[in-house]
Amino acid sequence: MSESNWTPITRTENIPAHEGRSVQIGGLELAIFNLGDRFVTIENQCPHKGGPLCDGIVSGAEVVCPLHGWRFDLNTGLAVRASLAACVTTFPTRVADGIVLVDAGRGRRIEPEAAVA
Amino acid sequence: MKKLVVVGNGMAGVACVEHILQQPHEFDITIFGDETHANYNRILLSMVLAGEKSAEDIVLNDVEWYRSNGIQARLGVRIEQIDRSERVAIDSEGCATRFDKLILATGSSAFIPPIAGVDKKNVHVFRTLDDARELIAKARQGSKAVVIGGGLLGLEAARGLQLRGCEVSVVHLMDTLMERQLDATGGGFLQRKIESLGIRVFLPKHTQALLGNGRVEGLRFASGEEIDAELVVIAAGIKPNVELGRKAGLEVRRGIVVNDYMQTSDPDIFAVGECTEHRGQTFGLVAPLMEQGQVLAAAITGNAGRVFTGTAPAAKLKIMGVEIFSAGSIDESEPGLETVRYEDPALGIYKKLLLKDNRLRGVILVGDTSDERRYTQWLRDDTDLAPHRKHLLFPPPAADAGLEVAEMPDSEVICGCNGVRKGAIIQAIHQHGIKTLDQLKERTRASSSCGSCTGLCQQLLRAVAPEFQEKTRTTLCACVPFSYEQLREIVRGQQLKSVQEVLNVYGNRKGCEVCKPALSYMLDMIWCGGHDEDRSARFINDRVHANIQKDGSFSVVPRMRGGVTSPAELRRIADVAEKYNVRMVKVTGSQRIDLLGVKKADLPRVWADLGMPSGQAYTKGVRMVKTCVGTEFCRFGVQDSTRAGIELERRLENLFTPHKVKMGAVGCPRNCAEATVKDIGMVGQEGSWQVVVGGAAGKSVRKADLLITVETTAEALEACELFFQYYRENANYLERTYDFVERLGIETIRKATVYAPETEKNWLLERLQRSKAIAKDAWMERDAPVHPTQFVPIHAIGQMETLEAKR
Ligand code: SRM
Ligand SMILES: Cc1cc2nc3c(=O)[nH]c(=O)nc-3n(C[C@H](O)[C@H](O)[C@H](O)COP(=O)(O)OP(=O)(O)OC[C@H]3O[C@@H](n4cnc5c(N)ncnc54)[C@H](O)[C@@H]3O)c2cc1C
Ligand code: SF4
Ligand code: FES
Repeated sequence: MSESNWTPITRTENIPAHEGRSVQIGGLELAIFNLGDRFVTIENQCPHKGGPLCDGIVSGAEVVCPLHGWRFDLNTGLAVRASLAACVTTFPTRVADGIVLVDAGRGRRIEPEAAVA
Repeated sequence: MKKLVVVGNGMAGVACVEHILQQPHEFDITIFGDETHANYNRILLSMVLAGEKSAEDIVLNDVEWYRSNGIQARLGVRIEQIDRSERVAIDSEGCATRFDKLILATGSSAFIPPIAGVDKKNVHVFRTLDDARELIAKARQGSKAVVIGGGLLGLEAARGLQLRGCEVSVVHLMDTLMERQLDATGGGFLQRKIESLGIRVFLPKHTQALLGNGRVEGLRFASGEEIDAELVVIAAGIKPNVELGRKAGLEVRRGIVVNDYMQTSDPDIFAVGECTEHRGQTFGLVAPLMEQGQVLAAAITGNAGRVFTGTAPAAKLKIMGVEIFSAGSIDESEPGLETVRYEDPALGIYKKLLLKDNRLRGVILVGDTSDERRYTQWLRDDTDLAPHRKHLLFPPPAADAGLEVAEMPDSEVICGCNGVRKGAIIQAIHQHGIKTLDQLKERTRASSSCGSCTGLCQQLLRAVAPEFQEKTRTTLCACVPFSYEQLREIVRGQQLKSVQEVLNVYGNRKGCEVCKPALSYMLDMIWCGGHDEDRSARFINDRVHANIQKDGSFSVVPRMRGGVTSPAELRRIADVAEKYNVRMVKVTGSQRIDLLGVKKADLPRVWADLGMPSGQAYTKGVRMVKTCVGTEFCRFGVQDSTRAGIELERRLENLFTPHKVKMGAVGCPRNCAEATVKDIGMVGQEGSWQVVVGGAAGKSVRKADLLITVETTAEALEACELFFQYYRENANYLERTYDFVERLGIETIRKATVYAPETEKNWLLERLQRSKAIAKDAWMERDAPVHPTQFVPIHAIGQMETLEAKR
């Protein structure tokens, strides 16, 4: 297991409640969402045709891609409709002293087949 | 002609008269009512208090009904005495009215428990329309209201006051709420739900005194505890109004005693409704009273046949989002009873059936009342449940949605409130050629009260009426399962100002990409901008006022009114395109210019450099007015379509609409700017304009309907405005005018707009003006963003530090 490496991203108030914002860390483009009571991070590219997930509408703990409406669970990264075998990587996220921190080195990806089994 | 006098203009008395009118009879009818209002639906007073209905909405029979049926209505007049030997009723003005037959329908009054201080100011009961009005007048935002009584009426009153902005507490004498209809578990589920709505519940609390100096200031419980109150509603039960009968010497116990034909101890005097006592039972809900009225009507007109045998009580709580149903006997002490139950505390669902010898005796449903009708039927028919044992709590999935009504016998009551049977509905459909639910309501009253049988009535219509016209009541989505009409009523009535509020109170709290933008539009339209704008509920296009492209960049279409531009504007567009490396500059299908492939972060500067207003090409709003060159240049032009189109665009620009609105203005019927396939079109003719609406040449192609022909440009513009505002207020979200006009029909639309009475037209225009007065060019957010990172990208703090360190 790789070591944790938290990157401070931005002040919490820079991401409004129930919206997302994109950020570049190293070579990665991530989407960070403010769910009202906590922050979560996923990769920003929709596996369908690369839509910017940070611009999607948040529905509970899910986000809807603004281009063609694919929907992802922000906790697991899995596409919500089980018939759709797709997923995005999720990243550990926490808040300290009013700053959102993301550990870009410990992305987690649940391959949908594994979830179905 | 014989004289029939009815004392009491309430629900039971008037329903009974309606049944008498349907029979051959020889009565000259006079109705006395001490309330000043025409007959209204008392059940719906809770909704009036809650702001979900207005006083007009709950009228059952208006003054015209009395007139056209030859009934003398004496409203605001109380009968004080009945002289049986002289056969006269004496009213509050001292006048005597002779009668041959008399019906007592005096209902009941609120029971006021013996509590010290109930005569203080701001202590009310809740029984009549006047009571409701007084409560509405006194319910102030933030004031502390206390309802004494945790039964059906008390809870409905509490919710109503809360929706009026009061901080509400319910004080109940018993250990659990609604203990007459629910067991302790059900009462507990209900209490949690009520508390989750923000209403405080005090139980079991015996109120000993109302405190305060003249005006009520609080309550003291027997335990010594005190709570504050600025407004108190007593809903501790009812007592039948029997004084009149008692003074007349009729047999009276708790109620006025009647036999199975609703006759009192005097054969010429009948009684109906909550004032009666039948076989030791008194009543507090309308269903049995409607049945009484039918029996009475038959007996008094000399057609006695059916007898009243009493009905198993059934009650339903009318608080949106709190589903409670209870019917039959819930007494578990009877020997030989079996209980079948299901509990899901997380979902707040609780179901319990009491059975004896495979027959249903009682039922309690909390949180999910969808099966209410099945149980009512089992109770009424005393159905042998042996074959249904496996599906008692959850019915087997229905193979055929129409089956439910097909299987019902004709004698089955469909509308419990008004006692309308399936057979009567089918007869009415055939006899009167009924096509719509509204016509059915008008003819039979079915589904005109609480509305819980609307679905069944609709099924029956679908199955029976040859020309059934379905009124499609699309619910918004699964998150907020209400129709647009209902939601508009809810939002207005309950003063909901933010999407999250609507979702919290009436939805699943989360919302989704379908309902959030729809609710955002609805709130903005209803409150004219006075809502809490929540950008997270908007599609990305409406957060940044540009159209998202397949690569995540955006397109920019500035407004170019009527498709007319200038060399200076074109120069600026060209400069911007170069400066920001716009990938393509394109003339659009709507007579304007599109800059494609702009980065989100560049949007504010692009708009500033263009110095042109937003063309709203990204939103559900006013797109453009396409025009042709008209009289200025064209040799055929007969109207100045360019100028008229630009003026129309100016008047409507920056407004939002249920779906995009595209318009056109042409100088003659050659139609060069395709006005007849636009949402709104102006077609110039010699000496007049045709205004056309509902046209389309997109996914579907539809020639617009003629709204009106008028002589002047001013009149034509006004006709466009009237239609535009009517569409804004009445269309479902994402319903283009081509669907809207087809759904309502152009006649309906004409009547509601260009042919509407002057006052109504003025209101429509006034509301449009009010929206317009606050409408802004969205691109001005370049100077005043709604959020610091609306356009500006986020750079990770950590990354910046490493960058710095490397330097
Ligand atoms: C840019 C433009 C095409 C062009 O290059 O000319 C265009 C582009 C799009 N149209 Fe259009 N429409 C454009 C004129 C039209 C026209 C012609 C007109 O306006 O006279 C029509 C037919 C008239 C009509 O609206 O009925 C038209 C009928 C549609 C429809 C079908 C609407 C319908 O209900 O029939 C859609 C899809 C929708 O709205 O659901 C659509 C949707 C779109 C969207 C917004 C697709 C989307 O949701 O992202 C396209 C955006 C592309 C982009 O990335 O920017 N576009 N679209 C035109 C912009 C006009 C403008 O200046 O604002
Ligand atoms: C807020 C509220 C909500 C309710 N919700 C439900 C519900 O959901 N379901 C349900 O089944 N029931 C409900 N009820 C009960 C239902 O309204 C009553 O059962 C029904 O109205 C009784 O009808 P009635 O004609 O007997 O009495 P009323 O409707 O009270 O009519 C009696 C009328 O007679 C008048 N009157 C009395 N004495 C005289 C006199 N001497 N001279 C002239 N006029 C006189 C009274 O002023 C009154 O107008 C509700 C009641 C209230 C108040
Ligand atoms: S017709 Fe309209 S929606 Fe279709 S590809 Fe062209 S621009 Fe896009
Ligand atoms: S790119 Fe996300 S749904 Fe198509």
